[in-house]
Amino acid sequence: MSWGRAMDRWMPVLRALLSVIAGFAAGLAVTWVAGESPWNVFMILIRSAFGSWYDLGMTLFYTTPLLLTGLSVAICFQAGLFNIGAEGQLTLGALAAAVTGVVLAGLPWPLAPVAAAAAAFGTGAFWGWIAGWLRARRGSHEVITTIMLNFVAAGLSSYVALYLFPNPDSQNPETRPVAKSFLIQHLSVFGDAPVSTALILAVAMCVAYGFLMRRTVLGFELRSVGQSERAARVAGIDPGKIQILAMVLAGGLAGLVGVGEVLGNAEKFKLGFSPQYGFVGIAVALLGRGNPVGVAAAALLFGALHKGTGDLDFETENVTRDLSMILQALVILSVSADGLWDWVKRRV
Amino acid sequence: MFEELWAILASTIRVTTPLLFAALGGLYSERSGVVNIALEGKMLVGAFAAAAVALATHSPWLGAAAGAGAGALAGVAYALFVIRWRADQIVAGTAINFLAIGLPPFLCKVLYDSTGGTPSLALSDRFTFEPVALVALALLLTWFWMRRSRSGLWVQFAGEHPQALDAAGVGVNRTRWMAVLMGGVLAGVGGATLSISLSSSFTREMSAGRGFMALAALILGKWRPLPTAAACVLFGLADAMQIRLQGVKLGGGAPIPTQFIQILPYVVTILVLAGVVGQSRAPKALGLSFRKA
Repeated sequence: MSWGRAMDRWMPVLRALLSVIAGFAAGLAVTWVAGESPWNVFMILIRSAFGSWYDLGMTLFYTTPLLLTGLSVAICFQAGLFNIGAEGQLTLGALAAAVTGVVLAGLPWPLAPVAAAAAAFGTGAFWGWIAGWLRARRGSHEVITTIMLNFVAAGLSSYVALYLFPNPDSQNPETRPVAKSFLIQHLSVFGDAPVSTALILAVAMCVAYGFLMRRTVLGFELRSVGQSERAARVAGIDPGKIQILAMVLAGGLAGLVGVGEVLGNAEKFKLGFSPQYGFVGIAVALLGRGNPVGVAAAALLFGALHKGTGDLDFETENVTRDLSMILQALVILSVSADGLWDWVKRRV
Repeated sequence: MFEELWAILASTIRVTTPLLFAALGGLYSERSGVVNIALEGKMLVGAFAAAAVALATHSPWLGAAAGAGAGALAGVAYALFVIRWRADQIVAGTAINFLAIGLPPFLCKVLYDSTGGTPSLALSDRFTFEPVALVALALLLTWFWMRRSRSGLWVQFAGEHPQALDAAGVGVNRTRWMAVLMGGVLAGVGGATLSISLSSSFTREMSAGRGFMALAALILGKWRPLPTAAACVLFGLADAMQIRLQGVKLGGGAPIPTQFIQILPYVVTILVLAGVVGQSRAPKALGLSFRKA
């Protein structure tokens, strides 16, 4: 491999790494303003994200949904679409998993979680389909429709959880618990951390995504439509069909977040359980640049960030978990600014 | 009955005010060709700055000015990334929203040793009717400016046909900078309305999706000032009804599910976008960065 080709290949990786470093440096500088030592804060982040098997388990627990939403956004990016709707899709997916666990309580074990996962995928996929269909057949921009659909999903899930399947034993806004046969196994290496076989499912989805993109005709069609709708049409591809399919798959992937959350952790649907997993998925997909390994690494990074910052509240005087959002914002900004990179390149 | 109607009307006006500020802010930016999904974040930083300054100076006017300033600052950050450095507008907007969710509580902790928000404002340090008058003024000025002024025309051309504006010797990106800054100011004041008029302090994520609702109103209003204002009033009415009906029991003793009223604005917007009810067309160059040929 020549030097130039190696540069082409590794440049995106280098850029992603530099973006993360730049974002972290800026974010940690903010903690210095708050009177903390940035180095100290950084070490706390590392320690509480990876310091023990339990900590690592919690990090992986947060990584699971982020990997799924990251793939959800990434598959749409490939097709030239922007899925801001992962938040709504995952909300309805989780709700569907919980409702399945209540309504079909009699299902035996191996079948039960599979049925709930299928319901989660299907419901998320349906929610994605709406946005895909509106885009392909009515020309409504998917960014706007998915934002609106997020709010509709929040309202609908609140109605279903509070009016149709409320938990009689609790004042919390949540559904009744699912039947025991629906619960999935925790990975026992990580002690009490609620990381479950859902992580394996998410990794499998990541592998499937890589296979789909690189080895299948559909993956080629998705990328063609993403690069040029017109060229794809000339090549005999129906861009509308592909766009709808991309949104359906994206919705399904986001919906699978419900598996880990409902069957592996809460055992019910809790209103507002997601700390913006859907939106963080945008950052994951951007940083991962559509590459399955990249998306997985980015999901792990943001999962670690979520776990690590959670401990800042009691480990430091002045810095709270809100640092997580600040760091994410700065990383996204430094990844996204093409012009900034041109500017840096001119100077180096 | 009459009292009930009056209460709903008053409540509608109150909740419409911040929404209309934000929607007008979005109007400036989007008509110039810059998508504004960062409205939510601009409202949040405006709400925080207004509460903090009103608390320190005991003046709601200075508070509102600080809200405008903070919104403008967020606008500068946004414009820097999307106009100067040509970052994707949706991506950068999402990042600004994240920053606005994280930064104010972070500062609250440093300034007030509280993770939730700012301390409460005294009644005398708060606005009562002033924001309503201000937003009405802003609406009229915007409407007039867009139709009658030269710069209003520039902004419209920057969003519809930037090459033509450029050919006429007016800087497209300069026009967009101004529009985004103006948008930040208005969204910031909208946020200030939340923290120093509708409530007595800044609380974490207090905008609660109003920035996105404003965006919906803007689309429903077809990116024009007066219809956008009408859409805001409609959304405000839905919000007021929902607040009013919360906990009210039906004949059978069951509470009314207010969720359906809550999602109504979004459903209507989707239907309009789908062309089921009317059509809404975005500015032609919306979302595209401009580079001189």
